[in-house]
Amino acid sequence: MTNETTVLNSTQSDQLKAARQARYSPGQSVHQFSLYLYPLLALALLLLVNLLLDPQFFSLQWQDGRLYGPLIDIVNRSAPVALLAIGMSLVIATGGIDLSVGAVMAICGAVCANLLVLGDWSIPAVIGLAVLTGLGCGLLNGFMVSYLGIQPIVATLVLMVAGRGVAQLLNQGQIVTFQNPDFAALGSGSFLALPVPVWLVLLALLMMQLLLRRTALGLFIEAVGCNAKASRYLGIDDRGIKLTVYLLAGGCAALAGIIATADIQGSDANNAGLWLELDAILAVVIGGAALTGGRFSLPRAVIGVLIIQALSTTIVVSGLPSKFNLLIKALVILLVLMLQSELFRNQLKTLFSFGKLRGGKA
Amino acid sequence: MSRTYLPLWITFALVLLMFGAGASQFDGFTSLRVVTNLISDNAFLLVTALGMTLVILSGGIDLSVGSVIALSGVAAALLIGPYQWHPLLAFALIVPCAALFGAGMGALIQYYQLQPFIVTLAGMFLARGVATLLSEESVAIEHPFYDAVAEFGLELPDGGWLGATSLLTIALVLLMLVLTHYSRFGSYVYALGGNSQSAQLMGVPVARTTILLYASSSMLAAMAGIIFSFYTYSGYALSAVGVELDAIAAVVIGGTLLTGGSGFIIGTVLGVLLMGLIQTYINFDGSLSSWWSKIVIGGLLFFFIALQKLLSKDLFSKKWQSKAGGKA
Repeated sequence: MTNETTVLNSTQSDQLKAARQARYSPGQSVHQFSLYLYPLLALALLLLVNLLLDPQFFSLQWQDGRLYGPLIDIVNRSAPVALLAIGMSLVIATGGIDLSVGAVMAICGAVCANLLVLGDWSIPAVIGLAVLTGLGCGLLNGFMVSYLGIQPIVATLVLMVAGRGVAQLLNQGQIVTFQNPDFAALGSGSFLALPVPVWLVLLALLMMQLLLRRTALGLFIEAVGCNAKASRYLGIDDRGIKLTVYLLAGGCAALAGIIATADIQGSDANNAGLWLELDAILAVVIGGAALTGGRFSLPRAVIGVLIIQALSTTIVVSGLPSKFNLLIKALVILLVLMLQSELFRNQLKTLFSFGKLRGGKA
Repeated sequence: MSRTYLPLWITFALVLLMFGAGASQFDGFTSLRVVTNLISDNAFLLVTALGMTLVILSGGIDLSVGSVIALSGVAAALLIGPYQWHPLLAFALIVPCAALFGAGMGALIQYYQLQPFIVTLAGMFLARGVATLLSEESVAIEHPFYDAVAEFGLELPDGGWLGATSLLTIALVLLMLVLTHYSRFGSYVYALGGNSQSAQLMGVPVARTTILLYASSSMLAAMAGIIFSFYTYSGYALSAVGVELDAIAAVVIGGTLLTGGSGFIIGTVLGVLLMGLIQTYINFDGSLSSWWSKIVIGGLLFFFIALQKLLSKDLFSKKWQSKAGGKA
């Protein structure tokens, strides 16, 4: 506990300190509850809007041992981004960012498709190799950030630019398709009434949550994100921690790539995972993490993903043309960003408490 | 050879090397036509990268430029086509609007202390969203002015041809050269990139500089969009996807430090030329596939970032190193 307090003292914000203590000391779950309140409220509101627009929205059908319905669609479609967001949360918690996850998805998808086309590989081997490829990409990113000390945006930009080229090289510029029902089941099959991707996300979430919150790793990640130097003086291997989070992000991206490839039964190097890194970053920010690092919550990041997906669905259900999609998304990002700024929150407070209009930017 | 100029010299040497490699293998690579084509093919990227250089010099980043290119192209096409405006009048409306857009992002970054990365990411979605809203389909441009501009140009010997867009690009490069290296605004930008707190204490108008900076980046991107519309004779909301990454890559390959405070406009010009040369080489070769250019550019990026790291380690001692490793 003393170690923890020292790390926290190095950050100026008392608020952050309180939040941290609330999380690690039992009996103060009220604060933690309020952290979940707003994202969940936003999600509930979105779903409610959908229900008003379409009374059938919450209906679920049982067909061939599997549930179907708009809600299941939302959860299923969020699966790849949810996996990316889990990895991205950790990277952002250390104050970094990983722009390469979309390209890593494309590379891993290309690896899967090509191995399956070759034919003499078993499915566990294909999955294993794809995950190893993802981990390798993460290792490269992590090495550049932690041991070469390169800014995360730039270090991961390298792989973002080159990665798609590598994927195209593997595919020889073609869209490689394969026929393998067993592998395709990973993307479109179902297990115990729910689609397989949803189970994979839940599994990944559970494993990561256990790894991070039942060991000191999660605490270390947040400490490094708060102040890398201070945590080094405390004996935390800050470089090793950074390397680990990029490694995990690479592994998550590989899983997302496998799901996406299995879903379409092919690998399209140009479009697989295109711009999904931005969705993942957005989801993490909506989940309440600061881009400056120091805190993370995997369940909230997943809620963020669901919010984004529900928003897209709302736009479709409401009958607005899909061209509004990007614009509305941009406005939501701006709103979330502004709410994160202390100045804006104070301005809002003055606005509401005194009813005094204090517009203007400064 | 001073250390400040070393990345610049390396880029210059690589440009010469690439050109030499092309010249030794292919007939006609050395012609003036190839050189002028290099400029006209990469004009819009070069103009975008000029603005990006300014932003990166200040320690920021602008991810919205690709979308601004698309938006200004669509806006120009719509104003000229269905609304029957004269192109020059349309440009006169679009460029200031883009400046306002950039100023808005700069203001958010400055006054609300938000990270440039996420603010310009939102700007990227916003501009692309507005462009899609204006028109989902590609809008063709047909106007006598566009034909006149296409025919206007400087005839050079050896098949060389400097079109109107190339001339405009060269003029913009010269303007940015003066603005960045020989004006008060330029030195403010460098001061900001070095250390914004010190800059503030020294009396640099940080807020004004930041806002102007992002405004000029968006303005240059809008001009790049106009140049782009002269290539395609159309405006399309999904064009120029990923140009922001190419521009950032060109700036980095040109030797500008991504943490800000050090770099040159001429480096960016060399960076764009080097990337263009790689593409030209691949085109001449014919057997190499275009994805190789991505891989080579990625490799070059890595090389230059590692080089910067090596150089700056000695330049700014350990303090800088830990700062650079910490925050995005």
